[in-house]
Amino acid sequence: MTAPKSPRVVVIGAGPAGLRAVEVLARAGLRPVLVDEASRPGGQIYRQPPAGAERPPEALYGLEAGKARALHALPAELGAAIDYRPGTLAWAIEDTGIDLLGPKGFERLDFDRLILATGAMDRVLPFPGWTLPGVFTLGAAQIALKAQGMAIGARVALVGAGPLLPLIVHQYRKAGATVVAALDVTPFGAKVAALPGLLNEPVTLAKGLWYTARNAMAGLSIRSGVAAVAVQGRDRVEALVWRDAKGREHRVACDAVGASFGLRSEAQLADLAKLDFVFEPVTRQWIPRRDPAGRSSRADVYLAGDGAGIGGADAAELQGARAALALLEDIGRPVEAARVAALDARLARQARFRAALERAYPFPAHLVDAIADDEILCRCEGITAGTVRAAARDREAGEMNRLKALTRLGMGRCQGRVCGQAAAEVLARALDRDVATVGRLRGNPPVKPIPIREALT
Amino acid sequence: MSERLDCDVTVVGGGVAGLAAAVALRQSGLSVTVLEKRLCGAGASGVNFGGVRQQGRELVELPLAARSRKLWDGLNAFLGEDVEFEATGHIKLARSEADLAELERYAAAAAEWGLELTMLGPNAVRDALPWLGEKVVGASLSPTDGQANPRVVGPAYARLARRLGVDIREMTPVVAATRSGTDRFTVEAAGLTVTSRHLVNTAGAGGGLLAAAFGEAAPVTPLNPNMLVTEPLPYFVERSIGVVGGDVYVRQIRRGNVIFGGGSGWHDAEKGLARPVTEQSIGGMLRTLQLVPGLTHAQVIRSWSGVDGQMPDHIPVIGPSSTTPGLVHAFGFSGHGFQLGPAVGVILSELVLAGRTESPIAPFRIERFAGHAGAAPAAGPVHVEH
Amino acid sequence: MTAAPTQSAAAPAPLFRRLHPRAGETVAFTIDGRPAAAKVGDLLLSAILLNGGALRRFEFGDGHRAGFCLMGACQDCWVDLADGRRLRACTTPVEPGMAVVIDGVRP
Repeated sequence: MTAPKSPRVVVIGAGPAGLRAVEVLARAGLRPVLVDEASRPGGQIYRQPPAGAERPPEALYGLEAGKARALHALPAELGAAIDYRPGTLAWAIEDTGIDLLGPKGFERLDFDRLILATGAMDRVLPFPGWTLPGVFTLGAAQIALKAQGMAIGARVALVGAGPLLPLIVHQYRKAGATVVAALDVTPFGAKVAALPGLLNEPVTLAKGLWYTARNAMAGLSIRSGVAAVAVQGRDRVEALVWRDAKGREHRVACDAVGASFGLRSEAQLADLAKLDFVFEPVTRQWIPRRDPAGRSSRADVYLAGDGAGIGGADAAELQGARAALALLEDIGRPVEAARVAALDARLARQARFRAALERAYPFPAHLVDAIADDEILCRCEGITAGTVRAAARDREAGEMNRLKALTRLGMGRCQGRVCGQAAAEVLARALDRDVATVGRLRGNPPVKPIPIREALT
Repeated sequence: MSERLDCDVTVVGGGVAGLAAAVALRQSGLSVTVLEKRLCGAGASGVNFGGVRQQGRELVELPLAARSRKLWDGLNAFLGEDVEFEATGHIKLARSEADLAELERYAAAAAEWGLELTMLGPNAVRDALPWLGEKVVGASLSPTDGQANPRVVGPAYARLARRLGVDIREMTPVVAATRSGTDRFTVEAAGLTVTSRHLVNTAGAGGGLLAAAFGEAAPVTPLNPNMLVTEPLPYFVERSIGVVGGDVYVRQIRRGNVIFGGGSGWHDAEKGLARPVTEQSIGGMLRTLQLVPGLTHAQVIRSWSGVDGQMPDHIPVIGPSSTTPGLVHAFGFSGHGFQLGPAVGVILSELVLAGRTESPIAPFRIERFAGHAGAAPAAGPVHVEH
Repeated sequence: MTAAPTQSAAAPAPLFRRLHPRAGETVAFTIDGRPAAAKVGDLLLSAILLNGGALRRFEFGDGHRAGFCLMGACQDCWVDLADGRRLRACTTPVEPGMAVVIDGVRP
């Protein structure tokens, strides 16, 4: 009698969630395939510099250096116990087949079980001047620093609506960059009100307060409750103009701006895997449905990390391990009950912390209301908010895919990952409806551009 | 409680043909209700290649295509919206002597049906398409053919219909249709019952089911094109391009995106979901690259599929029901419906209003499938060219 | 508040600032024919923005683009090379001899 064949398990994404998932799977002897677009592990949060630009983790990740170091070391530690495929884009999923584009070209990878750990990107809302060269996301500002040891400009203004803002301000200042403004578009009062919930993760809260305090000591306090921001410049950033909570206008000369408004899940592959999605009212986004253990609506697909709702890097590590344990349970492998219980307890605490964090940084609806008709919403195709509003008013655009068909919004190179949420907000307001009712852009392959010439290989 | 409506005509299926029929009927003073299972123009009318082409169509389709082509010229003014129609011409390439002979035979036959094609020798093809990569032995040019944006045509027809007073119900799939008494149809949809004197079946891939409800066999099978589009590139593919055999077709829009396709996608009728198939997409990329090597460095940014209805003989069912007075059909367009839609809508309105049309629709009568029982299997590999 | 147009200098001032100088080898490349220098370990995006203020022209309007997300998601940073290649600059290391085309003649 032969031993039952091990199921083919694939994990997509080598960030904190994917790495912890493959660790659990590999230790159970499954030899999972780990597919990752980047050439080095860590994901965006623990993004590593390319060859030749290395610096010590302490310099790059500060208080999180230990976590980064441990995660970066995992693929090498696991060695032949995993099949690690860096530099490989998963660009489509058809039933139980994944289409890859890697160093050797197109390849079809079949799976019995799949864990999606696809991470997140900045949530973007348009504001005047946001498509000018020199305006980046906050995440981009941080990556320039982490992966390249560079600042996005000589005089940098940073704008945010989430806990990333104090961290990046701190990192920029510490690295010797000139930060000329740090603006939070959410109200200070929300943070005070959320404090009890934030105490679920006292260490994380303490770090946040520490960044804020260090920033303040350096004379750079973050201004909360910012009512409006606009970038001025002809063909590049020249100044940031902003209005404070009391309606006073300020102008600060700068040559670069990092701005984003929370995070959004990268859920395109979940969509192609035909998973069910749910609308999360607090963060106002559609995310693939998962249970607390990471099981999706499909028996052979699991979800972990920020790709299925934002939880942050620490939660992602826990979710990665938990989803892998759920997978092991489901295929009849022994799983330590105490370990599962401990993970579940920590995940529950993380969830309470995250809920409080979302209350501390509520969605900045006032920025959506302020988007002028001539403002570009879809930066790929150059489609304005006015075009979206006109489509709602005059062309019966009642949901996102019809809006896309009529206006080309979301049809460009990024396939709506940057503009989709903002466009849904603008469309819903134009229709005077709840944003959940306008739906979300349907995904189609490829999730990212693929070179046509790869068909030759 | 179910809503009840009574009108002169119920149209099942809000694609271009059904909506064009609704518009024409309303303009003649009839009251019209359109029932669309999803959104108007979101089916085959909206996801096709965007070819407005007569060349290569079955000969019996050419009179209808010619009638439609005249309507396309005035469509912007008629609909009050730019549908991006441009008569770029359509060139069909011959990659072998056998292909060329086929083009020549077709051109001679098409001329008798009123479609003038220009045969191009290899040098003329080079002059017309200097970027062409593949060796071709000749081509035929249909100068009056062109292309349009399929995503906006159906919705524009729907808005015109609404402006005229047509009652359009979207997200309203039909669950049953009967003829009660001597002259009334009863169409049941979720939460809605419509009664009418006339019934128009423009239900696309679902047209066979609706016909079956009235005892008529129409073996329509789903047809899923597989299409892709590149990022915007400098404009250089000035004509719409096809090949003999139809395994690849290419056009470029003025904004720069190159749209191409070939092969068949996938769909799930229950979920109303259609997706491209990777193997087909990669094949389409390869064939397009052989045809247009200038795309070597281009990136593909999106692919898509949809659901059309296909008949075994690759021409639609158009005409009165063989069993039921007051019922008219136009479905199973087999990939040809986008160009034909405007004229077929008018033809349907003539059939409803007068019981006859000047257009020669005999070849499309549903009786030709009288011997069929139920849905037929797909008749071998089928190339979809739009 | 609107983005008020103001005058800006014609010469392309760099956008990015290197905060941690690296000892590695210099990588010579060109931007619209102008010689430019970067370091091994620089991404094409950073290499260009250390030497100028933009990566490409915007296809559907005036002005330029300089990338946006730096994590391969937004697709704003696709750059033309004179040899015809098109590269996503935020995920591609700069290589010696790359001839970047921004405002020059397209390949």
